[in-house]
Amino acid sequence: MPETLVALYIFVLACFIGYYVIWGVTPSLHTPLVALTNAISGIVIVGALLVTGLEEASATAEILGFFAVLLASIHVIGGFLVTNRMLSMFKKKDRK
Amino acid sequence: MELSANSQAIAYLVSAVLFIFALKGLTHPASARRGNYFGMAGMAIAIIATLLGSEVQSYGFIIAGVVAGAVIGSVLAARVEMTAMPQLVAALHSFVGMAAVLVAIGTFINKQAAGLLNPVLMGELSAGIIIGAITFSGSVIAFGKLQGLISGAPVNFKGQHALNALIALVTIGFGVHFAMTGSISSLVIMSILSFILGFTLIIPIGGADMPVIISMLNSYSGWAAAATGFTLQNNLLIIVGAIVGFSGAILSYIMCKAMNRSIINVVFGGFGSESAGESSAAAEAIQKGVKSASIEDAIYWMEDANKVIIIPGYGMAVAQAQHALKEFMELLEARGVEVKFAIHPVAGRMPGHMNVLLAEADIDYDHVLEMDEINPEFPTADVALVVGANDVTNPAARTDPSSPIHGMPILDVDKARNIYVIKRSMNPGYSGVDNLLYYQDNCSLIFGDAKEVCEGLVTSLKGGGH
Repeated sequence: MPETLVALYIFVLACFIGYYVIWGVTPSLHTPLVALTNAISGIVIVGALLVTGLEEASATAEILGFFAVLLASIHVIGGFLVTNRMLSMFKKKDRK
Repeated sequence: MELSANSQAIAYLVSAVLFIFALKGLTHPASARRGNYFGMAGMAIAIIATLLGSEVQSYGFIIAGVVAGAVIGSVLAARVEMTAMPQLVAALHSFVGMAAVLVAIGTFINKQAAGLLNPVLMGELSAGIIIGAITFSGSVIAFGKLQGLISGAPVNFKGQHALNALIALVTIGFGVHFAMTGSISSLVIMSILSFILGFTLIIPIGGADMPVIISMLNSYSGWAAAATGFTLQNNLLIIVGAIVGFSGAILSYIMCKAMNRSIINVVFGGFGSESAGESSAAAEAIQKGVKSASIEDAIYWMEDANKVIIIPGYGMAVAQAQHALKEFMELLEARGVEVKFAIHPVAGRMPGHMNVLLAEADIDYDHVLEMDEINPEFPTADVALVVGANDVTNPAARTDPSSPIHGMPILDVDKARNIYVIKRSMNPGYSGVDNLLYYQDNCSLIFGDAKEVCEGLVTSLKGGGH
């Protein structure tokens, strides 16, 4: 099976995982859900790292990659931290 | 140390599983924070495994980018106000969209230099660029609308949908041409058109439909990551992208359902565009006789009530009234009054917006109930206090088949014994529909800023009431 087809298999099956996992999320946590999936979609940072870090990468590719790494890092760090900040507010009330 | 391709693949698998656990954690507030840590761990493993892999050899630009990004990201996350969450999320979506575009172009340059281009790869690159660019410019517009930089009103003109469809077709056409021939000019035109398309797709959508738009862009950012995964043949990106993409899609569906509208209707509808009639509707409303009440009137009914249900809406967020409401809730509870909060799924500007604001004000989440849970309780409530919500309380959705919002699930506020509505003015909600609730005999309006009125309620109650 060609690689692209394998990728397609994985993609479709992952869609099903997404479907079932997300329906389980409680509505009161929908904003943290958006923030968290937002942070997780920062996984494109992996792509950015691969483009930038390639040994033979041209100067143009490296500069494009630098900006991609920069944006994706803001995304990942900002996304996780803000999710954490939000969830900590939900957490406090457990003590009551 | 260099990781072999197989160890890297295993690390990616672990990372994907951690992300699934992260989302699973959001099933309940108690496990949510742990979920977020799973997510962080997954991301850390993915990044480290990538850096240690054989493909990444030069680190200068990477370190600079990550350090600068980490600083900016942490400052953003620490500084942002909870009411500004929708804007922050929109801004972050735009970053991921742009990053996906840059990665796709960078991949093209690298693969071209290595002579590894083929039509399938270039087709995937096109998909990545198109989705990424739409996510970017769409999110920028959403950010502008939320931040008030551009008008939140829907911008409609004749032939809009035909124009969008045309741009979309031409964009795909150039994408196909690029994939077949590798023509750089096609690549450039396709990219520019995609950016324009993101702009023209989001600009017609009104500010109050933002919960759907935020969810949709969330979904797009996932698909952009998945498309990047296809180009790089990276399964982790594909898995994560698909899950995030579906998450956004499901949220969009939930939001649309809560407004009894189809996604097509939201995207192409331009709801509330007949705003020209607003002032006359307001004047008419006053003529029809709406009762206005003072803070003391409301306190009179609430101080000795058995049960008070508070219905927060976007007006509460704008006025930042959540802290005053929390104090008010505690004073009432001290008097033995049962206080609950009723949340409509589309209250606010993003999914779950109200829950976060109430949590910020330190209100126990046990007090905060979703529409289906709280609706049976309205008939037993002595007072329903509506704070800056409008359309989601309009009984016309149930009773008037000719109303534009007919069929939309609403909070059954009209069934409470007494209703007080805190409102700035008589202007109708975003739907432009008159709220029949205000004409009920047991409903009175308290005009004023939500925060000031709530603080007034607190002061009045502290003063011993009556």
